[in-house]
Amino acid sequence: MANEVCFKNLHLDEPWTLAAYQSSGGYSVLKKILQEQTPAQTIVEELKTSVLRGRGGAGFPTGLKWSFMRRDDPGQKYIVCNSDEGEPGTCKDRDILRYNPHALVEGMLIAGYTIGASVGYNYIRGEFWEPFERMEAAIDEARAAGLLGRNILGSGFDFELYNHLGAGAYICGEETALLESIEGKKGQPRFKPPFPANYGLYGKPTTINNTESLASVPEILRNGGQWFLELGKPSAGGSKIFSVSGHVNKPGNYEIPLGTPFRDLLEMAGGVRHGRKLKAVIPGGSSVPVLPGELMMEVDMDYDAMMEAGTLLGSGAVIVMDDTTCMVKVLENLSHFYMNESCGQCTPCREGTGWLARIVHRIEQGQASYEDLDRLEDVAEKVGGNFYAREGGRTICALGDAASMPVLSFLKHFRKEFEYHVEHKRCMVSGF
Amino acid sequence: MSDKPTVTIEIDGKTLQADPGAMLIDIADANGIVIPRFCYHKKLSVAANCRMCLVEVEKAPKPLPACATPVTDGMKVFTRSAKAIAAQKATMEFLLINHPLDCPICDQGGECELQDVAMGYGGDVSHYTEGKRVVLDKNIGPLIATEMTRCIHCTRCVRFGEEIAGVRELGATGRGERTRIGTYVEQTVASELSGNVIDLCPVGALTAKPSRYSARAWELRQHDSIAAHDCVGSNISIHTFRGQVNRVVPRDHEEINECWIADRDRFSYQALSAKERLRTPLIKVDGEWKETDWQTALEMAQAAITKTISDYSPDQVGILVSPNATLEEMHLLRKIANRLQCHNIDHRLRQRDFAHQQDMPRFPSLGCSIAALEELSNVLLIGSNPRKEQPMIAHRLRKAAAKGAQICLINQRDYDLAMPVAASVTASYRGMVEQMANLAKAIPNLDVAALTPEAKALYSKAVVSDAIGEIASRICADGDSLILLGNQAMANPYFSLIESFARAVAKVSNSRFGYLTEGANTAGAWLSGMVPHRDIAGEPLDTTALNAQAMLQEPRNLYLLHNVEPEFDTADAALALKAMHDADHVICLTPFVSSEMKRYASILLPIAAFAETSGSYVNIEGRLQSFTGHTPVGENQARPAWKVLRVLGNSLEVEDCDFISSTEVRDALLSRVGEMTPDNQASVTASAELPAAGTPGPQAVYLGSEVNIYRTDNVTRRASALQQTPDARDNAVRINSATAERLGIGSARQVSVKYNGTQVSADLLVDETVADDSVWVYAATEFTRKLGPMFGVVELEAN
Repeated sequence: MANEVCFKNLHLDEPWTLAAYQSSGGYSVLKKILQEQTPAQTIVEELKTSVLRGRGGAGFPTGLKWSFMRRDDPGQKYIVCNSDEGEPGTCKDRDILRYNPHALVEGMLIAGYTIGASVGYNYIRGEFWEPFERMEAAIDEARAAGLLGRNILGSGFDFELYNHLGAGAYICGEETALLESIEGKKGQPRFKPPFPANYGLYGKPTTINNTESLASVPEILRNGGQWFLELGKPSAGGSKIFSVSGHVNKPGNYEIPLGTPFRDLLEMAGGVRHGRKLKAVIPGGSSVPVLPGELMMEVDMDYDAMMEAGTLLGSGAVIVMDDTTCMVKVLENLSHFYMNESCGQCTPCREGTGWLARIVHRIEQGQASYEDLDRLEDVAEKVGGNFYAREGGRTICALGDAASMPVLSFLKHFRKEFEYHVEHKRCMVSGF
Repeated sequence: MSDKPTVTIEIDGKTLQADPGAMLIDIADANGIVIPRFCYHKKLSVAANCRMCLVEVEKAPKPLPACATPVTDGMKVFTRSAKAIAAQKATMEFLLINHPLDCPICDQGGECELQDVAMGYGGDVSHYTEGKRVVLDKNIGPLIATEMTRCIHCTRCVRFGEEIAGVRELGATGRGERTRIGTYVEQTVASELSGNVIDLCPVGALTAKPSRYSARAWELRQHDSIAAHDCVGSNISIHTFRGQVNRVVPRDHEEINECWIADRDRFSYQALSAKERLRTPLIKVDGEWKETDWQTALEMAQAAITKTISDYSPDQVGILVSPNATLEEMHLLRKIANRLQCHNIDHRLRQRDFAHQQDMPRFPSLGCSIAALEELSNVLLIGSNPRKEQPMIAHRLRKAAAKGAQICLINQRDYDLAMPVAASVTASYRGMVEQMANLAKAIPNLDVAALTPEAKALYSKAVVSDAIGEIASRICADGDSLILLGNQAMANPYFSLIESFARAVAKVSNSRFGYLTEGANTAGAWLSGMVPHRDIAGEPLDTTALNAQAMLQEPRNLYLLHNVEPEFDTADAALALKAMHDADHVICLTPFVSSEMKRYASILLPIAAFAETSGSYVNIEGRLQSFTGHTPVGENQARPAWKVLRVLGNSLEVEDCDFISSTEVRDALLSRVGEMTPDNQASVTASAELPAAGTPGPQAVYLGSEVNIYRTDNVTRRASALQQTPDARDNAVRINSATAERLGIGSARQVSVKYNGTQVSADLLVDETVADDSVWVYAATEFTRKLGPMFGVVELEAN
């Protein structure tokens, strides 16, 4: 029951070519839609039936998002794909771009058709040079085959697609910062409202979806929303790619149905390396709360189950840590990352992420007091709210929340290790 | 109440009505509910980055910024709830962790928004034990001091540049806590409005360099006044410290200057303590200057005037008045002139062409209110660089352009107005006249009969180019149009021809017609009879008295100079100086004395400068604004000019001259003036003739100029910080590459300028904004005083 949607063609020879994609039915959905002039509403309904939730991390229902922009509304509109896959631990979109770029092209064409956008941008993470080239080649092939450009397949539908390579900023994965970046401005999130569906790229209505969401669309429409829904769970249809990294024997991307127990996923990934004990898992990319291994072993990989367990499914980046891991050191690494990636626009994040990183650094170095542990928690709440109390953050975008969730969760589950660093001025795990 | 639908919201239990979509913070402000903020500013776009205005909104999962939250019906807001206060205090803490806590040594201390808000929301003990951020200061020019460690990254200064000044000089580089405000590459922030960022900066990061560390905010006394350098009449507050002007800041007046002022208005006060300040009356006895008392000096002045009249005739007296003089001073001068039966009096010191002076309206005005400029659809500026001449007018036009107004230009240079320009034509001062004829030609159904005969002759030869056709179609397009003659059009040797065409074009295109005048009180000067052919209240005078230019061309025996430095303030420095040196008597009422003045003058009467005297100005929209004198003159013996003129008037036996206050002088004039409604209706009946171009020599080009923004009057010229700006220091001779090529001076760095019988060398700057066949310099500078008329034919050769 794996590799049925975005990784469907993984077994083919050179699956990234147009020929390979078409050999497994690629572009047939698009052709059918263009031929029959399928009403946009039908497509949106099918997506709603499928309960496809945004794969970028927030899990917003894709069908609902597409319904915000109507095909018949006049004026320039845009569809933007967020391939700025920067969440530490995540590498699923990279492999879609590398191995199944045409699914994304077709997905964006269908999205453009549905919301009435004649231009699409695919914003690719700056470090993704090879995926960028694959994507460029795919666009060239599609254009040569008359699948992009003016009057596609004689249907009267025009659509042009451009790849845009980022420049290495994590924050540009935030959808409005991404729009600013495409416009040639400094990558800083916009304040919302207005939302991109009203005021997006160049001030025009814009829909932004994650790579995996868009690449899933052709397969959903080919097999029907119900098929997709039944792959997963009633509240979250389909399968999803999980990027398993860390202390496992077979790290990699696994496309499995939502709702699969973590236990099974860990087994697919070859289990914890050297047969060691599972200590902790960050199940959805570095921003989401960490869970201790024993709790994680009882959880299913879907949105609701994760929420119940006190964390988030996020982007599906499963970071596995065994019992040789110093949790203080891990948090130091994460906090340093968020300090570096804060855009600097709004006060709590600009000032708070640096403060957090410095406190954690001092704890790790054995130069902190017990007071610092409370302060750490306090500062984290002032930046990003309190995940456990369902209190939102105070920043323009979610980076503040993202910087705060690791801190609060590490302290919640592994406070003893932090206290050990304070008390003994060395690490509980390594002894140094 | 209007019929507009409103929504009902509740803030802190108070039920309020609000326009749907209005921002929460504006509703709170309007109702006296205090919400702290740093990045929000009513005139700038919403950034929502400081997070200080976070408030609790019912049903919202997190606190929302009041500056970026539109109100909706039934919204319940809590600005002082535990949740709101916690969010505000948290923001305050973050702002303070890296901000130096050394208010006593900060120039902003005492008037700092961060300090004020910290009193309410800051903790008394810092929990921050890490090292604080240190940011290197930047040198951004002579006007703004920086202390970037204090910056809280509110980006008001950045947004000001983008949205108000129209020039992106400051920006935020770097990310996260390494974000820095600066120019990126070290350079001067040179916008003519740059000083406003000092007021905008909520902390001590950007402060005024000239007044930094000179006084504490609470030691200053604040007085209202009116800016004295352009026809806008910006409202200012003068801050004095122990009787000395310490600084000048804007005073809100939504219809005039909103909350901004130009740098010229902000920093010119430095001249008040200039070395060249004249502090005691001086008389020349046997070629030696002697200090004397007021009585002696005034008696000598009266004697000189009386003797000139009895020995020769009243006609041998010439009175030149600065357009920055107050209405009261002008009224007294007119009374004195009438008493002497000498109508050789003029304030149009830089004007060359007076052919249609009889046709001028009662007083020149803008054609609409300053605020209404924003609503125009099409604007044609002729001979005008408002950015440097009337910066606040340029700001309004920039706002109009942002709303879609089509801005068209006919100028000697393709000026960068920092706003979108729809069409621009450049030509030499002479070529501008021909371009005006071309414009008239391009407009269908023009009433040719309304042109003067000289204009008709040009019209018949006119040729329509694409660019002129573009301007013609814009100005005839739908919507409210305005045609403006600027300072350079009025100084043009063929002003009357330009106006004849401009008026004909305005009439047929249903455009408004207006002027942008020199000085702070040109409108007042016309109303008080500071022209040879009009009396008090602009009533016509039947005389053949001399205008400013004629007074210098046909030298007089005695000159009375009111606040004038002829070598800088007139259309022809050389001519003016010669006339002064040849005169028997030159009596100067002046706040400053230069070595040049000491050579030609015979009596020097020290008068109070702006900010020291009471008076009134009439701005370009016909708005009368009075102000009082604010700084005592101290050991300085200078006296307000209206008092000096009143005493002089008494000694000359002027009737009804026993005024005891400037208000009385003003009211006496106003009772004659009556209604002061601006009305530019007029038709040009006489004009100069444009002589045939002839065959100029191979090295000949047309010299054109614009008065340097920081050389406009005797005060500005002595403002030390302004004199260090790139604008003030610009003495280059500009020429475009095609003309340079033609003259064979393309690669020269220095050229010699042959003009008016002299030869001066200057730096050459190849600048493509200059019109063909012309060379362009800043006027009223040390360089141009050696030259001659502001406009003429010069020869250029490589040095």
